[in-house]
Formats: sequence, structure tokens, C-alpha cells
Amino acid sequence: MTLAEFWFLIIALLWTGFFLLEGFDFGVGMLHGIVGGDEAGRRTAISTIGPLWDGNEVWLIVAGAAMFAAFPGWYATLFSGFYLALVLLLAALMARGTSFEYRGKRDSPAWRATWSWLLGAGSLLAPLLIGIALGDLLHGLPINAAHEYTGSFWTLLQPYGIYTGITLVVLCLAHGATFIALKTSGGLRRRAVRLARLLAPAAALALLGFVIWTHSIAHKGLLPNPVEIAGVLAMLAAAWLVADDREGWAFAATTVAITLTVLSLFSELYPRVMVSTTNPAYDLTISNTASPGYPLKVMTIVVVIALPAVLAYTAWTYYVFRRRLKESP
Amino acid sequence: MTVDLARWQFALTSINHFFFVPVTIGLAFLVAMLETAWYRTGQDQFLRLTRFFGTLLVINVAVGVVTGLVQEFEFGMNWSSYSRMVGNVFGAPLAMEGLAAFFLESTFLGLWIFGWDKLSKKVHLITIWLVFIGTVLSAAFILMANAWMQHPVGYKLVHGMPQLTDIWAVFTNPVFLWGYLHVVLDSIVTGTAVMLAVSAWQLRRNRPEFGHTMRMALAILVPVLLLDMFVGSELGVIEARYQPMKIAAAEAQWTTCQPCSFSLFQIGGGNDDHSPIQIFSIPHLLSLLATNSWNGKVIGLTPLQAQYSARYGPGYYVPNVFIQYWSMRVMAYLAGLVLLFGLWGLLLMRKRKVPANRWFLMAATWVVILPFFMNTAGWLLTESGRQPWIVQGLQLTRQGVSPSVTFTDVVISLIAFGVIYTALGVVDAVLMIRYSRRGLEQEPG
Repeated sequence: MTLAEFWFLIIALLWTGFFLLEGFDFGVGMLHGIVGGDEAGRRTAISTIGPLWDGNEVWLIVAGAAMFAAFPGWYATLFSGFYLALVLLLAALMARGTSFEYRGKRDSPAWRATWSWLLGAGSLLAPLLIGIALGDLLHGLPINAAHEYTGSFWTLLQPYGIYTGITLVVLCLAHGATFIALKTSGGLRRRAVRLARLLAPAAALALLGFVIWTHSIAHKGLLPNPVEIAGVLAMLAAAWLVADDREGWAFAATTVAITLTVLSLFSELYPRVMVSTTNPAYDLTISNTASPGYPLKVMTIVVVIALPAVLAYTAWTYYVFRRRLKESP
Repeated sequence: MTVDLARWQFALTSINHFFFVPVTIGLAFLVAMLETAWYRTGQDQFLRLTRFFGTLLVINVAVGVVTGLVQEFEFGMNWSSYSRMVGNVFGAPLAMEGLAAFFLESTFLGLWIFGWDKLSKKVHLITIWLVFIGTVLSAAFILMANAWMQHPVGYKLVHGMPQLTDIWAVFTNPVFLWGYLHVVLDSIVTGTAVMLAVSAWQLRRNRPEFGHTMRMALAILVPVLLLDMFVGSELGVIEARYQPMKIAAAEAQWTTCQPCSFSLFQIGGGNDDHSPIQIFSIPHLLSLLATNSWNGKVIGLTPLQAQYSARYGPGYYVPNVFIQYWSMRVMAYLAGLVLLFGLWGLLLMRKRKVPANRWFLMAATWVVILPFFMNTAGWLLTESGRQPWIVQGLQLTRQGVSPSVTFTDVVISLIAFGVIYTALGVVDAVLMIRYSRRGLEQEPG
């Protein structure tokens, strides 16, 4: 494995980490209004991710910055090509990021309803847009010989991209529902379990469609490989486990499903990083977008030291906040 | 045109972001100090003050974090040619910032906010100090990246593209070391000014517990600001060495001088008016500021322009002189004003008394505005002074924009960010003021 390939793997892992962590808090954001029942319930649902969401979102920032450092050509084409989509994504992330801190800061139903709405809309839009972008990478976009994107905002919205976005939204919903079921008690937990039993099979179905479509896009036949089948099965298992009051295992299952989905997307992409529909010769690849050896070596030393430390204190944080929340009065 | 709009967008979003950054760094430090006081003395009032100022910190961090997200994306969105060219050097500190600083800051802030009844006193105290370390580490990496744009080091050119060859040179870039110290000290000044303003407002409402934070803020403000001013003037000397245009423009010095005087004010002046009316010239002061020597020579803008044209080809290499001249003075004069105010406070505080002078308390509430103008002026001086370069000597700003992004795209994003930032700014200000005016919690825990 070359250093550039190693960095492609790191970036795939960073995106995976982002979706498996922030995925459930996107889900909680979308579901808190439905599952909460009343204000106390909504507040408790949000509290399940209160201490965690900010750290989860850093995975996105680091994924972006790692692309900048390790694959400047990829970062440049992607971020300038998705310009207006990213403006929307940033608006969504800003709306939901501030809602966590500001929603509870005034005792007025209209104030809370506004922030609840922003939290829900932002949590829906963010995985949808990122999903569309990831789908577009694999499906391909009009890119010229200078590696510049030549389409418009509407070119980004092709069916496979949109379907990838929807699949990720449904996965996040199922992931979020099992997370709320795992972290709460009483009526809130019951409602989350009911939702998870509906959402997990729906997510499994969406995922099955996704892996088949992905295979036909990547010209690898229609039959999914065992890893992708495992993702679909994990989602189905989640539905059964959550109904059986084994929320911990159910959450583990949705985690596995999300992880396999994102990883499979990047493995289909390899060794390309962004496909050109204009001409296969214009594809952005690992080798034609990567930074030279020395900066990659420097970054490798940093990531080898920093990432285990990050994983260790993140794990400790989840351990500190491991208990179920009681429904607040 | 697109490049001008893209520049406006970067300027507005980063100036806005930097309203929140120094408050976050400064308050994180002060809250950590307060919690340390509680840990050591066990007195409840320190716990209540910790939680009071901690709430202000959290309100502020929320906007700081989301506006920082925009900064991270904006390089690729608006400046893709720049990103493509320098990503292997400039991207490295950004990635390090994420890995080493953002994770630390976000994770431990979550633990600090929600961990009061889950962590021991000692571990909880450690979490806030780790948040502070995260904020200053983050500033270090971003300043390192910025310093590389001012004075690129540690690279070689391969087919006209810079390639990183020496990360240690990037870590020890003198522009970074002095600029970083300047920003951290300045952030502590800003945070202290916020604490001072809030404490003064509360003291006027007879809430004596805020005497502690008033005294603490004053005791920190004056020495840190003095040090900050010294570091700032050293930074000026270093920038004069690597970016002579920047400093010559800050004095609107068109001809070479030796020794050089510093004008307090001028009437007229700018890139088209080379002979403004200068008022109150202080002899030798510019020589001192720019070269650290009594009779130092400062090369004028006209000869520098001739030098640059010969070296980099025909073009206009003089930054906006009006912005340079005035941003430097706004920054320096306001810092002087804040310093005088701090000395007044220290005078009132003799024998460990809490300042009770009504005029002082009224003024303290308003002085908080000044550091924000100082910060903005300082960044204008730094960033506008680098123009027309995006990376000094390597790439011009107009060569750095995204070829695929249209004028309409930038107009739409500028309007969108304008609306969102205004809304966030208003909500943040309303909440900061509202929570600054509340009394302390009576029952901590």
C-alpha cells in the first residue's frame, strides 16, 4: 500500500466515523419532535446527544481538512464544484449546531418550536446533501481535463446521488431511533422502540436497493458482495433486536450497517476519488490528486499519534455518559 | 468581479468568526481560573461564578464553532486554485488542527457542560483546562497556516508549485511565533474585557460577589495588554523584514526615509494621493517600530513597487494604503485607551479594594466594545497588507479563485451567509446580554 492509498483509507475511515457517530445524532435531531411526545420528552431526547454531538461533528471537519492536506486536487474540485450545495449544507449545520445551545435558553414555546424546527430540518438536510455528494463522486459529474467541474447546481441532483442521500437519511433515522431507545426509559423508550421497528426494515430495504444500484453503476454486475449483504442483514437484525428489548445490540447492528455502507461506497470508488462523466481520462484518482511524499509522511506521523488518543478519550466520554436518561419531570 | 466578491465574503465571514474566537479563548482561560479557585478554596461563590461565566462561554462557543465550519469549507469553495496549489503545505496545519485541537476542545467541552455530577471535582477541573488547551492549540495551527501565507517557508518549487520539504520550518516561522503570541494575548485581553464589563454591570446592581471577577480581570488585563503591545510591535519589525510593503503602507510612506517619523493623523492620503497632510509627526518613531533602531531605514512604496515589478513582472503591488494607515492607528490607539482604562482600575484597586467609583463602573461596561474593533483592525492590517498576494511572492489573490464558481454563485452565498450571520449575531448578542444580567444561581449543583 502506498502512502497515498493509506490516506485514501484514512479519509474513508474518517467519513465512516462521521456517519456512524453523527449519524445517530442526525437521527435524534430529525426524530426528537415525533418521539418526544411533550416538551419534557423532546428535551430528554435532545439530551441523549447533548454532550456528544459537537465531538461527532469534528469528524466531518477533520475529513474535509484531511482531504485538503492529503488530496488537494480532490478537495479543490469537490468543494468548488458543490458550491451551492455546500452553502445549503453549511446553513443546515449552522442551524442545528446552534439549536442545541440556544433552544433551552428562553422559556417560550414559540422560541423552542423555532429551534426544534431548525434542528429537525438541519438534521434532515445535512445527511441528505452529504449523501448526494458521495453518490455523485461515484456516479460521476461533468469534469474537464483541468479537473474543473463544468456542470451547474442542478447537475448535482442526478437520481443515483439523490437515492444515496435518501438511503443515508433513512439509515440515520433507524440509527437515531435505536440510540434513543438505548439511552432513555419509560414512554420515550417505548415510542423509540416502536419507531425503530418500523425504520430498521425500511432502512434495510433502502440499503438493498442502494447496493444493487451501486453495483450496476460500478459495472460489477447486479449481485452485491458479502460485505454489502452483511450491511442489509445487520439492519434487519436491528429491527428484531430492538423489538426484543436488546437495544444495545440493536444499536451495534445499525452501527455495523452504516459502517459497511459508507466503506462499501469508498471501496467502489477506489482507486478513483471523483469520476468524470465527460471522459474517463479526466477522472480524479488517488495518484493524480495526492500530495507529495514528504507532506504525506508528516501527516501520517500526526494521525498515527493523534487518532488513537482521540478514540481513547471519545470512548471514555461515551463511558461517562453511558447511563439511560430518566424522563425529566 | 468574482474575485472581489469572494474576497468580501472571506473578509466578512472571517471577521465575524473572529468576534467569537478571542472571547472563547479568553473566557475558557478565565473560567478555568475561576474553577481552579473553587477547587483550591472550596468556596461556593467561586463555583457560582464559574457556572455564570461558563454559560457565557458556551453561548459564545456555539456561534464560534459553526462560523469556523464555514471558514474550513471556504478555502475549497471560493479559492480552489489556491487550494490545489498549496494544499500539501497549507492543508497540513488545518488537518493537524482538527486532529489535535478540535476533537480535544469539543469532546471536553461536552464533558465539562454535562459532567458536573458525573465527574470528580478534580477531573472536572481538568476538563476545562483541556478545553482551554484545545482552543490555544487550534489557534496555533491556524496561525501557522496564516503565517505561511505571509511568509512562506519550508518548501521547494516543483514546476512552479510549492511542495512542503521542512515542516519544522513551518512550525518555527518567526511570523507564526510572534503572530501567535500576539493573538493569544489579545484573546485573553478580549475575554478579560468581557468579564470586566459584566462584573461592573453587576457591581452597579449591588451584587458584591462580582468583586472577585472584577479584581481578577483587572489584575490580568494590564500586564497582559502591556506584553501584548510589546509583542505586537516586535511582530511589526518581523513583518517589515518579510513584507516591507505592509509596513510602508501602514505609514503611507511613499519615499524611502532614514530616520523615519510616525504621523499621529493625516488628512487625505491613499493610493492616489501621495502627499497627504500629516499632523503631529513624531521623529524616529517609525524607524523604531519598523526596525527596532533609532535611525532605521524604511524603504518607500514607490521604490518597492519598482523592485517588485522588476522581480515579479509588471503589475501593481501596493496594498490599499488607506486601510493600512488607519487600521494600524485604530488598533494602536484603542489599545492605548484600554491600557489607560486598566491603569485607572488598578489605581482604584489599591489595597485590594473593589473599585466602586460609579464613573469607572459605567465606563467598564462600555470598554468591552474596544477590543473587538482592535481585533478587526489588526486582521485588516495583516490581511489587506498582504495584497495583492494570496501567498506572498507565490500566488496573486486573483489567481487563487475557483474557476468553476460563477459570479451568481458567490452573490447567492454572500446573501445567504449575510442573512445567517446577522441572525446568529443578533441571537448571540441578545442571549449574551440576557445571561450577563442574571444574578448568580443560589443553589449550585
